[in-house]
Amino acid sequence: MSILVNRDTKVLVQGLTGKTGTFHTEQALAYYGTKMVGGVNPKKAGETWTSGVDGSASLPVYATVAEGKERTGANASVIYVPPPGAAAAIEEAIDAEIPLIVCITEGVPVLDMVRVKAKLVGSKSRLIGPNCPGVLTPEECKIGIMPGSIFSKGSVGIVSRSGTLTYEAVFQTTNEGLGQTTAVGIGGDPVKGTEFIDMLEMFLADEATKSIIMIGEIGGSAEEDAAQFLIDEARRGRRKPMAGFIAGLTAPAGRTMGHAGAVISGGKGGAEDKIAAMEAAGIRVSKSPARIGRTLAEVLKG
Amino acid sequence: MNIHEHQAKELLKSYGAPVAAGVAIFSVDEAEAAARSLPGPLYVVKSQIHAGGRGKGKFKELGPDAKGGVRLAKTIEDVVAFSKEMLGNTLVTKQTGDAGKQVNRLYIEDGADIARELYTSLLVDRTTGRVSFVISTEGGMDIEAVAHDTPEKIVAVDIDPTAGVTEANIAEIVATLELDGDAKTDAAKLFPILYKAFTETDMSLLEVNPLIVMTDGHLRVLDAKVSFDNNAAFRHEELKALRDLSEEDAKEIEASKFDLAYVALDGNIGCMVNGAGLAMSTMDIIKLYGAEPANFLDVGGGASKEKVTAAFKIITADPAVKGILVNIFGGIMRCDVIAEGVIAAVKEVGLQVPLVVRLEGTNVKEGKAILENSGLNVISADDLDDAAQKIVKAVQG
Repeated sequence: MSILVNRDTKVLVQGLTGKTGTFHTEQALAYYGTKMVGGVNPKKAGETWTSGVDGSASLPVYATVAEGKERTGANASVIYVPPPGAAAAIEEAIDAEIPLIVCITEGVPVLDMVRVKAKLVGSKSRLIGPNCPGVLTPEECKIGIMPGSIFSKGSVGIVSRSGTLTYEAVFQTTNEGLGQTTAVGIGGDPVKGTEFIDMLEMFLADEATKSIIMIGEIGGSAEEDAAQFLIDEARRGRRKPMAGFIAGLTAPAGRTMGHAGAVISGGKGGAEDKIAAMEAAGIRVSKSPARIGRTLAEVLKG
Repeated sequence: MNIHEHQAKELLKSYGAPVAAGVAIFSVDEAEAAARSLPGPLYVVKSQIHAGGRGKGKFKELGPDAKGGVRLAKTIEDVVAFSKEMLGNTLVTKQTGDAGKQVNRLYIEDGADIARELYTSLLVDRTTGRVSFVISTEGGMDIEAVAHDTPEKIVAVDIDPTAGVTEANIAEIVATLELDGDAKTDAAKLFPILYKAFTETDMSLLEVNPLIVMTDGHLRVLDAKVSFDNNAAFRHEELKALRDLSEEDAKEIEASKFDLAYVALDGNIGCMVNGAGLAMSTMDIIKLYGAEPANFLDVGGGASKEKVTAAFKIITADPAVKGILVNIFGGIMRCDVIAEGVIAAVKEVGLQVPLVVRLEGTNVKEGKAILENSGLNVISADDLDDAAQKIVKAVQG
C-alpha cells in the first residue's frame, strides 16, 4: 500500500517537450516503468515525444489536458511549465478533472496561487505543490524530480516542505533498513495545494505505513496546525510513531530563506514554536538533519 | 523587493489613495525648494530607508539626545537644518541591527492634523490562501506589540479572490475601525483601492501604519510600506526602476545576478548547499556544534558548473569567512558537477581557509574522486553531522 500514487497511476506531463520535462520524464520511465502516458503542448499537438536517452521510449503529445485524459485514461498530471504559465496549467488540469496534479515549478507568483486555491475548492482535483519535488512510491511510481536510487520499499511515510531534506529522510530511512511507503514533498511556497494535515490523514489511514516522518521549516503555522490535528486524532485513538525535523532555527527574522514561504514575519513562524508544537503532539524532533532516520529508528525501538 | 515610503505613496496615489503632498530629496540643496513647494505651515522630514522604527531610531553620528529619523518641522529653516543632520548619516532602528543604515534620501511631506491613528495592512494569509486585510484601531505603534498584548484588537478580513472587496467586507472594516461620516465614505473608496493596488502590482505586503483620521474627518495614508512578490517580477517591468541597490547587501546583489538564493549572516563559516531546507539545516547544524554560519546559500536544483563557481567566489569574497562547508545532496544536481565547479573556483580565486565537502546522492563516487585527485586540500566528510563537526573544528582550531 501507499498513498497518492501507485502502479496504476497514469501520468500526463504538462511541459513534456521542454528540457526539464524531457529529462524527468526519462527518469520516471526508467524508474520501475512509471506509467507516463503522454504530454500536453498545444503548439506541438499530434507530434510524438521521443526519449533522448536511447530513443526507445515515445509518448503522444496532446493539445489539451482534457484530450490527453480522454485518450489515455490519465489520472494524474505533473507540471514542468515555467512560472508565467504554471498557474494556467494547473487550472487547465483542474478543469479537466485530473484527480492528482503535481506542480514542480518553482517561482509561481503567490497571487496566482490565491486564484488557483479558490478554484480547487469544490473541484475534483488535489494539487501537490507548487515548488515541490513531487511524490514517489518506491518500486511503483515516481512523479517529479526525486532521485529514485535512494528509495527502498518499506514502512515509513514521509512528508516534507523541503526537497533536499526529503532526500535526507529517504536516504536515512533506507540506511536504517526501514524503507518508505510514499514520500511527498508538499512544497516551499506560502500558498500551496496541500498542507501537512491532508498527508498525515492519508498516512494514518494507510495500513502499510507504520511510522511517519514530518519535515517542516520556518514560516507560517502549518506545522502547528498539523500538531493540533495529530493531538486530536490521538484522542480518537489514531496514532503512529513519528519523528520530525524543522529547518531554520538560526534563520534571521524577516528574511526569505530560499523558499518563498520560509520567512519569519511579524514575530510568527519561528522554528522554536514549531518544534515545541510537534513535541507536544508526540513527535520526536531530531536536532540534527543527519539523524532524522536514526531518531525514528530509536522511537520504533521504544 | 522592498521600496521606499515615498515610492509606495506615489504608487498608492496613482491608484487614487489619499496621501499628503511630498517631495523626495537626495541632497541638502534640494531641501528648501522642496519645503517651499508644500503648503505648510507644518512639514515632516522622513528618513527613507528600508526598515521600520525610524521615528524612534537614533543617528550614530549625532548625540544620544538628538532627534530621531522622522522629524516635525515648523519652519522651512528647520526643514533645511534637519536635512543637514540626517542626510548621509547612519540611522539605527530596532529593525536595522546595530550597524544601522545610511540615510541617502529624505521625504519632505506636508504635515497633517491627526485625530485618530489606525492600522491597516494587506497580506497573503497562508492559512486561508487568500489576500487579507489586517486592521486595528490601535495604529501608529508597533503592531507586533499590539498583537502580543491585545490580540483581540486586531481583526483580519479575508477577501474572496473571485468577488474582490465586497460591501460586506467594507461594512466589517468600517465597524471595526469605528469610522463614521466622511471617514466612512472615504473608507468605501480607499479599501478597494488598496486591494486593487496590491493585486495589480503583485505586492506581498502593503502596510499603512498609521492610517489616520484627520481633524477634518477624512482618511489619509500617513505611512506606507510595500514589498513586492519577487516571483511576479517577470510581469512588472514598470517596477524595476523602484529598486534601490544601496539598500541591499553587495554580496546579495552579486548572488542575485546568478540566480542564487543568498542571505548574508554574521558568522564565519561560509556555506554552499543545494536546496533551501538543507541550506537552512546546514546553518542550524553549524550552530548546533558551536559556531556561526556566515551565510545562507542555496545553489538550486540544477546548478551548472558556472553557477557553483560564482557561488564559491561570493563566499570566499567575504572577509569574515574563516572556513567553508559545501553540503550537497545530489538529486538532480550531480556531485561530479559540484566537484568540478568547486575546483574551478579554487583555481581561480585560491583557497586560504579550510574547506569541508560533504557529497551524497547522484554520482557521489565520481564527485569524491574528482576532489581527491585534484590535489587540493579538501577535507572530505561522510555525512552532515561529520561535516559540521569537521568545519567547526577546523575554524576554531
